[in-house]
Amino acid sequence: MAVADKLDAREFFFGHKACAGCGGSLAVRIALKVLGERAVATLPAGCMSAVGFNFPQLAFTNNAFISPFAATASVMTGLEAGLRRRGETDYHIVGFAGDGGTADIGLQALSGAIDRNDNIIYICYDNEAYMNTGIQKSGLTPLGARTTTTPGGSRSRKKDMSAIIDAHGIPYAATASVGYIDDYIRKVEKAASIKGTKYIHVLAPCPTGWGIATDETVEIAREAVDVGVWELKEYENGIWTTNIEPKNPDRVEEYYARQGRFRNTGRKTQNG
Amino acid sequence: MRKFLSGNDAFAEGTRLARPQVISAYPITPQTTVVERLSEFVEDGSLDAEFIHVESEHSALSCAMGASLAGVRTFTATSSQGLLYMAECLPYAAGGRFPIVMMNANRSIALPWNIYGDQSDSLSQISSGWIQAYAENAQEALDFALMSYYIAELPEISTPFMVNLDGFHLTHTYEVADVPTQSQADDFLPKYETANRVNFQTPQNFGFSAGPEWNARFKRNQHEAMLNVREAVAEAEIRFAGIFRRKYGGLVDAYRCDDAEYVLITLGSISGLCREVADSLRESGVKAGVLRLRYVRPFPDAEILGALRTAKAAAVLEKDISVGHTGVIAAHIPQAKLNVIGGLGGADISAEHIRSIFAALRDGEEGLKWL
Repeated sequence: MAVADKLDAREFFFGHKACAGCGGSLAVRIALKVLGERAVATLPAGCMSAVGFNFPQLAFTNNAFISPFAATASVMTGLEAGLRRRGETDYHIVGFAGDGGTADIGLQALSGAIDRNDNIIYICYDNEAYMNTGIQKSGLTPLGARTTTTPGGSRSRKKDMSAIIDAHGIPYAATASVGYIDDYIRKVEKAASIKGTKYIHVLAPCPTGWGIATDETVEIAREAVDVGVWELKEYENGIWTTNIEPKNPDRVEEYYARQGRFRNTGRKTQNG
Repeated sequence: MRKFLSGNDAFAEGTRLARPQVISAYPITPQTTVVERLSEFVEDGSLDAEFIHVESEHSALSCAMGASLAGVRTFTATSSQGLLYMAECLPYAAGGRFPIVMMNANRSIALPWNIYGDQSDSLSQISSGWIQAYAENAQEALDFALMSYYIAELPEISTPFMVNLDGFHLTHTYEVADVPTQSQADDFLPKYETANRVNFQTPQNFGFSAGPEWNARFKRNQHEAMLNVREAVAEAEIRFAGIFRRKYGGLVDAYRCDDAEYVLITLGSISGLCREVADSLRESGVKAGVLRLRYVRPFPDAEILGALRTAKAAAVLEKDISVGHTGVIAAHIPQAKLNVIGGLGGADISAEHIRSIFAALRDGEEGLKWL
């Protein structure tokens, strides 16, 4: 039986208006099924808050809050301290922020939370651009990818969040992909069992922004791992361990070629 | 117990007595000593709270929002650039109806850089949805710390409260203040209870979007809650006087305004000197009065009209300028035809300056005047 089959049958994030094939909403939905009804979700401005919190159509059955854009981690810090002060036990403070909300505008607050080792689970759903505002370049947009603010393809490489996070000496960090759901579930479960700050960075393709079909999200997220563009790994006790070795590193050009965002930009690959 | 305290110390004492459970703060001059005192209280066990060392003022207020969302009493403090750095979070906290109390040490805003006191910082944020009050002295600062929580946390208000202390003039000068006992404070301030919090029995979505068809309803609710503050202040002050034997006069503090022909309207720590000047003018037959605004949100329109009943002319003396118009306070009071801008960047305002304002009023001067 696959890990996914053991998931809570209940839905905690549904009735939202995310685009068809949205990788980010899949990452949120699955993580909440793992963490359960005593998870308190914080989401900054971004795709998931824009699709999930439109009064009176509110899509979370958990307690959930939209934070200011830069403030995902600092709101989580306050929530954690406040609930602990109220005498609550057995809860998870989880954040879901996009790549821009994490690696750009939210980095300062995230750094502070890890530095304090606040007991939170921070999940970055990385769709590699500011998708909610219409596909603008973020610090996690890969080299060569076309966005509406890099019409000729991005000329900077994707920021190395893993290195930034591990430089803080965090208790647990992991990368994941919505193409490897069992691996993602295992990592969320593990994060939930560890005290202190946990960071999971999940690759979550966006069909609209990537120029792929809406039924290709999971497939392309899997392919990113298989060709070695996105490494699945986890960090514990100061050491990174690779979880799944790339199966087809020789097929990396196919990964780029099937996405509209890399077409005709003149910079086709990470090594470009 | 009577103690010799700075304004910041006094506010810290009042905050300790209010028993906040989460304090998040980032240092900025001249706010620092209030959070230093609170960290000492936490360290020595006289205050049982989490003291969270955040990485910015934006995080200080967003952390306070998180804690408030968890349902606990919170405190933060800032000043000047710090207030502006957290500006995004000000209407956010107000719209989210989080009754956070924040002390702001009034300080000039850059550029040019200047660490001294004026009121440009808080008055630039007057529309952010926070209750705004201005203390005159250390005792009032301490008392505001207690009263601010009482008022902010009333269910019909549930709105954040910014208490302003003039940077250095009040935050760093020492005077005697009475520090009440914990049991007196506990009699005054009930435990914080709210439905606007994370609850595992009845989960809610907070901080949501509201489109054009709903937006005004939320904003109007906020506005009406703010208007409830007037009545809440009156009720809180009666209750306060009953326990602490100190009386306050509501949104304004009107001094010799009953029959005044010339009224000087101002706020904060300069008010005492204004009253002294008014007294000396009275001795020479000039019917001078001073109207100190204790609150500017909600704005005390009715109280001002009442205080100006007998006035031939009124002036506003304030430590800010809304560049391209007048001072922020003067823009609220059409009855005051003279607006005097002084004290910017900590510049001294002397008794002579204040006498010159009353003289200008008697000469029928109008418009904007710089000290």
